[in-house]
Amino acid sequence: MTDQVGANEAAAAQVCSFLQRRREQIAQRWADASLFRTVFTLSREEAVEACKAVVDALADVALSGRPEDIAAPAFGTVRDQLGRMAASRARAGFTPAQISEEVAALRAPVVELLRGEFTDSSEATAQEGVLALTVLMGSLRLVVMETALSAGEELIARQRLQLLEVATPVIKLWEGIVAVPLIGTLDSARSQVVMESLLEAIVAQRAQYAILDITGVPTVDSLVAQHLMKTVAAARLMGAECIVSGIRPAIAQTIVHLGIDLGTILTRAGLADALAYALAQQGIEVSAHRMARASTR
Amino acid sequence: MNRAAAGHPLAVPVLALGDVLLVTLQGELHDGMAEQLQQDIAQRIARSTVSGVVIDISGVDIVDSFLGRVLSDIAAGARLMAVRTVLVGMRPAVAITMVELGLTLPGLVTALDTERALDMLATAPQLAAVSVPAERKEARDAGLP
Repeated sequence: MTDQVGANEAAAAQVCSFLQRRREQIAQRWADASLFRTVFTLSREEAVEACKAVVDALADVALSGRPEDIAAPAFGTVRDQLGRMAASRARAGFTPAQISEEVAALRAPVVELLRGEFTDSSEATAQEGVLALTVLMGSLRLVVMETALSAGEELIARQRLQLLEVATPVIKLWEGIVAVPLIGTLDSARSQVVMESLLEAIVAQRAQYAILDITGVPTVDSLVAQHLMKTVAAARLMGAECIVSGIRPAIAQTIVHLGIDLGTILTRAGLADALAYALAQQGIEVSAHRMARASTR
Repeated sequence: MNRAAAGHPLAVPVLALGDVLLVTLQGELHDGMAEQLQQDIAQRIARSTVSGVVIDISGVDIVDSFLGRVLSDIAAGARLMAVRTVLVGMRPAVAITMVELGLTLPGLVTALDTERALDMLATAPQLAAVSVPAERKEARDAGLP
């Protein structure tokens, strides 16, 4: 058992010294590999430098004696660079499997070089060395994939946040009348944002009427209805009257079929109807300007 | 001299603006204060000509079920004496919390701020009336003088 551990350590140390000795050669070979060549298109020197950084990191990981540890601190130094490379390949339309394949292709030239070193050495040591190197390259592949995927997750989270902010504008339609055109599916997080921005707007605009337009909401189920009712109740507590507009015939039928009671909510067919109601309640009358029309004819 | 003026240090002040009573709640309302406030308002309504009560809760950080019930009770008591109650100045965060807790204060009339509430009380009664009992009360109220 201790022999095995000792052999592993010896192999790792061997791989480390090999990587450090052949740093230049490995970097030159990797620079020709499709992964580095296509990412660093500006100059070959840049690609070689990037390759050297990766080789150094691998040597450090091998030195630490845990080639299978993808959380090794040595990987941290190249994680950013690997992430950028993976992102660049992903932008070029490569699937994660294809990127992984490209990283795997880096293994062959290194193993070839290592085998070349061992022609005079005994078989067992050579096998150990190649095995350790293979494990190390496998870890590198995992690190690249992990970095790429976590970058994707970050992007998704950021976009979700942007969607929340962008998709809920509160529009002042008239003095004391604000409207929120709701577009897309209403989930709990979005309805919370809608409620907050609507209430803030009611305070800021001193609005007496708030119109929630659901023309852009594809389906209304009991959960969406519940969100609507909550928003209406919150607006009422603030002293504003809420009108839900944009109820399409299909949605009206769905609401009736589901047995949702919207009796406590003021509803109108379209945004125009809701605005007309709010204006009428404020005693504002909209009419054609007869004088202007008479003068033009 | 009512009891609030008699020097209860913890009592909520009830101000008279013309024929409207203005109550400004600040911070937390204890059981004793709530009861005191209800009595004060009822006595002021009974003693002088009051057309409406405005309760300002802009200085209140949280409205729980207790405060919600107190407010409903005050409004219900005032309604029995033909006086409308308007709740004003609720903050957005408070409104959201209340809705999440399921406290929607049915039967209470709300307004954005004190100015709006005074306008509301000054204009035609049916504007301020939301629930059916309030409308009936106001119809009767209008018929009285």
